[in-house]
Amino acid sequence: MKQEFKVLGTRPIRPDGLDKVTGKAMFGADKSVTGMLHARILRSPHAHAEIVSIDTSKAEALAGVKAVITGDDFADVENRWSRYTMQNCMAQGRALYDGHAVAAVAAVSKTIAAEALKLIEVEYKVLSHVMDVDEAMAPGAPVLHEGVKARKLGDDVSGNTVGYYSFGHGDPEKGFAAADEVIERTFKTAAVHQGYIEPHACLADLGSDGKGELWCSTQGHYMVREVCAEILHIDASQLRVTASEIGGGFGGKTTVFIEPVALKLSQKAGKPVKLVMSREDVFRASGPTMSASMDVKIGMSKDGKITGAHAKLRYQGGAFPYQMVMMGAMSAFAAYDLEHVQAEGWDVMTNRPKMISYRAPGAPMAVYAVESVMDELCQKLELDPIDTRLLNAAKEGTKSSYGPTFKAIGLVEALEAAKAHPHYSAPLAPNTGRGVSCGFWFNFGGQVSVSMAINADGTVNLIEGNPDIGGSRASISMMAAEALGIEFDRVRTIVGDTASVGFSDVTDGSRVTFAVGIATINAAKAAIKEMCQRAAKIWEIDAEAVEWVDGAAQPTGHNAGNFPPMSLAEIAATSGKTGGPIAGHHEGAPDKAGVSFGVHLVDVEVDPETGFTAIKRYTAFQDVGKAIHPAYVEGQIQGGAVQGIGWALNEEYIYGEDGRLQNAGFLDYRIPVASDLPMIEPVIIEVPNPGHPFGVRGCGETAIVPPLAAVANGVAQAIGVRMFALPMSPPKILKAL
Amino acid sequence: MRYVVAKDSREAVALLNTGEGARLLSGGTDVLVQMKLSGVAPDMLIDIKRIDGFNTISAEDSGFRIGATVSGAKMGAHPALKTLWPGVVEAVELIGSTQVQGRATMAGNLCNGSPAADSVPAMIAAEAVARIEGPDGTRDVPIAALLKGPGKTHLAKAELISSIFLPARAARAGDAYLRFIPRTEMDIAVASAGVSLEVDENSVVTKAVVALGAVAPTVVSVPEAAAALIGTKLDAAALEACAKACTAACNPIDDKRGTAEFRTKVAGVMATRAAKIAYARAGGQQ
Ligand SMILES: Cc1cc2nc3c(=O)[nH]c(=O)nc-3n(C[C@H](O)[C@H](O)[C@H](O)COP(=O)(O)OP(=O)(O)OC[C@H]3O[C@@H](n4cnc5c(N)ncnc54)[C@H](O)[C@@H]3O)c2cc1C
Repeated sequence: MKQEFKVLGTRPIRPDGLDKVTGKAMFGADKSVTGMLHARILRSPHAHAEIVSIDTSKAEALAGVKAVITGDDFADVENRWSRYTMQNCMAQGRALYDGHAVAAVAAVSKTIAAEALKLIEVEYKVLSHVMDVDEAMAPGAPVLHEGVKARKLGDDVSGNTVGYYSFGHGDPEKGFAAADEVIERTFKTAAVHQGYIEPHACLADLGSDGKGELWCSTQGHYMVREVCAEILHIDASQLRVTASEIGGGFGGKTTVFIEPVALKLSQKAGKPVKLVMSREDVFRASGPTMSASMDVKIGMSKDGKITGAHAKLRYQGGAFPYQMVMMGAMSAFAAYDLEHVQAEGWDVMTNRPKMISYRAPGAPMAVYAVESVMDELCQKLELDPIDTRLLNAAKEGTKSSYGPTFKAIGLVEALEAAKAHPHYSAPLAPNTGRGVSCGFWFNFGGQVSVSMAINADGTVNLIEGNPDIGGSRASISMMAAEALGIEFDRVRTIVGDTASVGFSDVTDGSRVTFAVGIATINAAKAAIKEMCQRAAKIWEIDAEAVEWVDGAAQPTGHNAGNFPPMSLAEIAATSGKTGGPIAGHHEGAPDKAGVSFGVHLVDVEVDPETGFTAIKRYTAFQDVGKAIHPAYVEGQIQGGAVQGIGWALNEEYIYGEDGRLQNAGFLDYRIPVASDLPMIEPVIIEVPNPGHPFGVRGCGETAIVPPLAAVANGVAQAIGVRMFALPMSPPKILKAL
Repeated sequence: MRYVVAKDSREAVALLNTGEGARLLSGGTDVLVQMKLSGVAPDMLIDIKRIDGFNTISAEDSGFRIGATVSGAKMGAHPALKTLWPGVVEAVELIGSTQVQGRATMAGNLCNGSPAADSVPAMIAAEAVARIEGPDGTRDVPIAALLKGPGKTHLAKAELISSIFLPARAARAGDAYLRFIPRTEMDIAVASAGVSLEVDENSVVTKAVVALGAVAPTVVSVPEAAAALIGTKLDAAALEACAKACTAACNPIDDKRGTAEFRTKVAGVMATRAAKIAYARAGGQQ
């Protein structure tokens, strides 16, 4: 049954909008305190080098310099993942990629700090490096760290191979034998950066008593607190972390790059330290996502049924062990109901910056490879790409390619909406092709805390612990209003610091509207229970005889008593006399996140004389469960599509033979600009997630998954040649023509 | 670092003459970026924006004299200039964004010495002439004669450009500029072409200048490509010959912005497309 809502589904003005457009909002670099120092980081110019020695004496002697640190200033950390994070923030013994931090300075001005960097003498012994995933995986490649090779692997792969995963069921070989057509292809995709507007920035103040304050731009300030407390060897309770407004993260702010450095400098100097990355630093030493090399083989019957599918995914994730190819292997074939399927993945280290999540991490490239082969099969067998996908689509009850059996999902609905949309039947201009692709993301639940206070004037304050990167303050206020039965503008939601509300996992996995939503609803329930008790007290009836309807307490029936409903505002007004403040809170770890499928349609025009690809029309269909604030949901869908288009067409990390990054800036790292794009039409599909009271699935990530293949399939149709590597930049397309 | 606002060109020249570390500041959209990102640290910045006449566009001998510090936005807002030299104005207007347009100048674009500078091929096609002030007085030099190499011009020590003259032109004439970039704006030309044409009453091309950007150490004029157009009505054979001549004139680098092969191919495409636009603007009918 479809639920009726009063607040959900409306489009109130975003609560953070005015501050952001007037410049009042405080981002990472906006905070300053009296007496603070400015920090700068010295970075390795080599892709791989032993740090023979670092002489900081001249820098320390420069007037105005208050602290200099190197890797030696950091004591060992027990947890190996935290140790990698620390060594990524500041190299110890070896510089592992171009841009790896080797020393840092705090000084009374930025200019002096920059001067001091020039006075630091580092003696390097350059070592051989490896950048490409296939080369890094080959036996004999220079190995980044010894002793971390994935256990089950043999001598056919190098020690850089830190992870191996396999998912699936049935026997793909059997499936291929039954096929009328089998296509196997190899694909490559480049490393891409999350490309957020705001560089990482923080202001740290750590006293000799171990008490610390940290202000930073992050997707998860509790994560920052725990990692920094571990690295600095202080108690989590003593470090209060406040998340600034955030100028984008897209997964790139789910770890730390500079915070431990700023804290250490502050501790050493005894003063607050501000550390802001330059854009060049951001490209060289933060992000990016993995690059990939992939083999995909799919067998199909004449009528379009997939008989067998196999993927081999090799991802490189930079200079430290990591675990992310698993997500790719799980996502690769998730859209299809398959009898014989296997997806394998290998995580590989290279001399590149340590990878970090990027919107649906691991999925876009895997799905690009799979959906490209699907498209080629449809072309070869002369099948309609949407009908073929419908024939194979996963539905409720399908045993997914990665294990679990799907509950209610909306892939069929999204495909049908795409098929019925005028875009799909519109005529195509010359040199133009139309691409289709499915996409998938799991979404996530995770730990969450919410605290809600009912104020005496009938308004509501809500504190949650997840930085708002996509409009969650609006949607959480809306869900609180819906649950309480009051107007949206009665509620104000803020993101609390780590000392003001309980632990919350990082804002990632498209989890916040889902998980914080559930905590909010439960906090509202607790407050409602209390309000019903207050009404019962006033009416002198049993609390069980009071129910909450449309924002007011009322007797459950005539037998219970004959009183007019008492609104939230009325109950709140007398709360001081009926037992004190009314509040509700909830802490939990909801785990019934609903997976989300999307289908994208794109028309691309390729200039046959220059290889330039123009996006002419773009329509994105996505099952979001329930769109709490549809405008924000549309923004998420559009944003994901744009980032995927950039990945498909122009974005890439370009390295020289020397292993140094050549395009550490937005001039030569080409994300799409507004004039590159048509209006991207989002089509919201709502198949409620049975695991959420309002049906929410989460919507932030799925939309970056389909565009890579959608654009590639469009290009293949436009030029009659298939490209097997991303980005499909103009020189590559022209060469292929 | 000293920042000095020059009152007149004599003072600017004198200041330039005081030492190696002085740099002229016009719109600053190159200089300031270099100071911020590339560690360029001049001892003195000589601001020439307040010099009388430097910020004006004036009609002269049926052409236009563009002061050295006239911004792209100002040129774009000058209807008569746009009518006379639409290709030059469209080239200048391609530079940067709205914000950059409010500052960036043609003279600065030229003196920055980039082979990919957008206004330079258009200026060469227009046979524009720079007026130069220096310790030895004033001289007029065609733009094409000022190009030296990446980051370099043939301006002598302590010389500056005070204005650029765009000459008068025949009634049936037109020019155009096109560049290739991987996106639609905010990018640097990977290959570009400026073309200026004159046609007779029968739409036959009587005069042509073709200049290419980003395919050699400097912007290059390609007389063979121009010759391929003269005497034709821009038929397919003429355009093909023009493209071939452009390809032959290319001597590009292979870099992150484009392969040599790509630049060479696309230069010809830009030139023939620009030629067609210039031809239509000249009133040519095939
Ligand atoms: C965001 C951005 C986008 C850009 N996009 C483009 C683009 O698309 N295409 C393009 O070609 N360029 C582009 N540029 C570069 C720049 O804007 C242009 O080269 C511009 O025309 C420079 O003019 P200016 O007046 O700002 O020069 P300035 O920075 O003031 O000067 C440039 C150089 O010329 C010297 N100089 C200036 N005036 C004179 C003079 N009268 N006589 C002698 N020497 C002089 C200066 O000393 C300096 O060395 C871009 C720059 C930015 C920041």
